[in-house]
Amino acid sequence: MYTDLFGDLREMENGMNRTYELMFIVRPDMPEEEQDKLISTLETAVAASSGSVKSVERMGKRRLAYTVRKFHDGIYVLLTVEGGGGLIHELERRLRVTEPVIKFLTVRIDEEQKRLDKIKAIKDAKRKAAAPPPPVEPAGEAPAATA
Amino acid sequence: MADETRSESSSGGDRPDRSERRPPSRPGGPGGGREGGGGGRKYFRRKKVCKFCVEKIEAINYKDIRLLAQFVAESGRIVPRRLTGVCTPHQRRLSLAIKQARNIALLPFSGRAA
Repeated sequence: MYTDLFGDLREMENGMNRTYELMFIVRPDMPEEEQDKLISTLETAVAASSGSVKSVERMGKRRLAYTVRKFHDGIYVLLTVEGGGGLIHELERRLRVTEPVIKFLTVRIDEEQKRLDKIKAIKDAKRKAAAPPPPVEPAGEAPAATA
Repeated sequence: MADETRSESSSGGDRPDRSERRPPSRPGGPGGGREGGGGGRKYFRRKKVCKFCVEKIEAINYKDIRLLAQFVAESGRIVPRRLTGVCTPHQRRLSLAIKQARNIALLPFSGRAA
């Protein structure tokens, strides 16, 4: 995880561009408006720490695999944000304090995304390298067949 | 008398067999040919391939519990690599994803998944 020691310094110069996925569970008896209020509070906090919200996904009510604070179901919300580490610290602090939130999990996804993009780039390069030779022959044969 | 001869030959035959059967390191198959794995199996198991390598699944997300649940036993425990045939880097990522899913109550820590 700490292989890139200069990455953090580089980030501070370029501006924080870490991407996090924050998933939290809200108690099932929470009305829709309160959920919206909570999400907008979090979004304000993100903007205040010079971050940006990439997406908000409400995954709806799901059955929990085990009982959390005496609840068997919960409303899952997935928030994807971009920003620095301090931002997540702030968001988690807020979630901890908010009573209806019963669980949360933050995962950093920019490193994983980098790895996936790299694999994709390699795959695309391979495909491009393999693609040119075949089309040449059929293009030559097709007009001859039709003529 | 016949019994005696039989027992003699078997005891004589056992010793060289035993030394053959317990070498310090025997090269097993790529997936799981290791001896004494799940309850005293010997030698080669049919070669299991890593599901992720075959289907070229790169990202193992904690959110897709249908995929993760295939590698979790009835008791909720993570199934060892020698039974599923998953390769090491994928097993590490898989177990990380399962632990994340457990933390966010998508998978249980123990017991049957609801």
